[in-house]
Amino acid sequence: MQKFQALTAVAAPYPFANVDTDRIIRIERCARTPREEMGRWAFEMERFDADGSERADFVLHREPFRQAGIWVAGPNFGCGSSREQAVWAIAGLGIRCVIAPSFGDIFFNNCVQNGVLPIRLPAATVNELLDALGQAGPRTPELATMTVDLLAQRIDPPAGRPAIAFEVERLQREALLEGLDPIAMTLRLSDRIDAFQQRQRAARPWVWEV
Amino acid sequence: MTVATAPRTLFAKIWDEHVIDQLVPGVDLLHVDRHLLHDLGCGDAMLQVEKRGLPLRNPELCFATPDHIVETRPGRSGGIAPWADLLINRLREQSRKAGVKLFDIGEDGQGIVHVMGPEVGATLPGTTVLCGDSHTCTHGALGALAFGIGFTEMQHVLATQTLPQARPRTLRAHFEGSLPRGTGAKDMVLALIGRIGAVGGTGFAIEYTGDAVRALDLEGRMTLCNLSIECGAKIGMVAPDGATYDWIKGRRYAPRDARWDQAVAYWRTLPSDAGAVYDHSVRIDCAGLAPHITWGTSPEQVIGIDQRIPEPASAPDDARRLAWSQALDYMGLRGGQPIAGTTVDRVFIGSCTNSRLPDLRRAAAIVAGRKVAPHVEAWVVPGSERIRREAEAEGLHEVFRAAGLQWREPGCSMCVGANGELVGSGQRCVSTSNRNFVGRQGPGARTHLASPEMAAAAAIAGAIVDVRNW
Repeated sequence: MQKFQALTAVAAPYPFANVDTDRIIRIERCARTPREEMGRWAFEMERFDADGSERADFVLHREPFRQAGIWVAGPNFGCGSSREQAVWAIAGLGIRCVIAPSFGDIFFNNCVQNGVLPIRLPAATVNELLDALGQAGPRTPELATMTVDLLAQRIDPPAGRPAIAFEVERLQREALLEGLDPIAMTLRLSDRIDAFQQRQRAARPWVWEV
Repeated sequence: MTVATAPRTLFAKIWDEHVIDQLVPGVDLLHVDRHLLHDLGCGDAMLQVEKRGLPLRNPELCFATPDHIVETRPGRSGGIAPWADLLINRLREQSRKAGVKLFDIGEDGQGIVHVMGPEVGATLPGTTVLCGDSHTCTHGALGALAFGIGFTEMQHVLATQTLPQARPRTLRAHFEGSLPRGTGAKDMVLALIGRIGAVGGTGFAIEYTGDAVRALDLEGRMTLCNLSIECGAKIGMVAPDGATYDWIKGRRYAPRDARWDQAVAYWRTLPSDAGAVYDHSVRIDCAGLAPHITWGTSPEQVIGIDQRIPEPASAPDDARRLAWSQALDYMGLRGGQPIAGTTVDRVFIGSCTNSRLPDLRRAAAIVAGRKVAPHVEAWVVPGSERIRREAEAEGLHEVFRAAGLQWREPGCSMCVGANGELVGSGQRCVSTSNRNFVGRQGPGARTHLASPEMAAAAAIAGAIVDVRNW
């Protein structure tokens, strides 16, 4: 897994609620696009016109957001389908951190598995961030530039606004900071898994007689 | 020594039974009893594990079937696109190499993965069931603890038969009273989603309780649990009861003889204890429940068939005002208008929500002796090969065909369009599936979610109609 420690980058405001993973990446792209090319199709229904040209109203097509590394979204971001390609697509746009009041649970875990840091913040705080980012223009990228520090669990918003504390569940934080491999971590517990399965085979044999 | 045990919920009993280790407070390493695999990426996940040099830890606990990308045209042999056959073959090849049971096209057992699990007796009360698909919550209908996972988590389960998981809180959704004529499980759960919203269940495991839930057949309970994820809950459950045991008995991988008695004795201990505490509760009175249908692009944008489409100006906050006006624009609808009478182009009866035999029987009863409106193209896609055969044995396919609906082969089909079966841009479809997202059934497609009865009636009328007047 790719490590995430701290990131200073432009943050893009994307203030929509209930953005589902179908909207982030269409299912037919999931099946046949190599992982490293998934970013090309991220948000394609709202990013491109029918002729393939960029739509100006998509946030990443406006300065200073073209270089965004942080995504600030509305509630329930990444709801719906479990497709992990949604995270690959967002990461393929250069986004390494997503901030929202709430997330689809499966999407949230998929982010962590791919070194993308998801941060839950109170809706009022997210709205303040969105308002602040709305002040940034082509010549004022500093008004959209923030620092997210996972070690300190702190966000430094643009323009000297007060720092925002956030919390990430301990195991997920460690995995992100160290770039840990969860399968290797669990395989260290093989003896415990063996013992558990032995007990279960005795207690609930019908589960195993398949 | 007697240890007093606090009353526990169905959820807590199953979760606790599957904890191998507490990793940190609130996060447990859970054992996975059943891992279900399908054709959209699961073969790849198996390949990735193989490339790491790891064996599947318990291939005997895995069950695979192609569903997402198989074509459903009668006489099909695989997918429509060449890449589809590549993925289906990868699932076959990896399953064969690892010794995973696979129910292939044309075989008994093949079907939508969330139809297959219960049907073959793989899904049992008290088991943990995981699958790389968000509608895995469906299996909770049998009293299993089931949830969807991503691609990397899938590899973790294949390699270790476990998954680290944060323990969710519990939400009790209590449905009182009995269902009025013309309504069913789909209307119950759409009403719930309308009430608590698309994020209202996030972080919760839902347990569905109450007389109206008990009165549902197992297929209805699957419909109910299936839509749990549409309010954000990864897990939805119904406590097992006599109806559950009757439904499971005799299925291919269900326990038999003495083992059956042993299993049932255990399953009887699973329902929530009297006095068990839930973190949150919602009560819905079914007495006045109307058939429900979505008007927008989120399952929370749903109303009774006798209601008007809401006006964005009346939205409770700015975020919803924006969401409602965007949804109306996409759907080609105006706020303040009745939803009934809206002309439709397509009807889809199928999906892991509503493709089981009782769903098809109810739809068939609506269309019997009638004709689909000339401007409507209507499809019926049974959930599994067995359902297809059973429906045909009852003559349901003839009822559908005589009315002008297409009777197709089992698969996910137009619910998700992964196989290329799509609703055209700008076309309006009444669908028995689970998601009305922008572009879900195809770019520009306009989806209205409803019950099989409502979808069948729309096909005949050529418009959204109140099935209670049928």
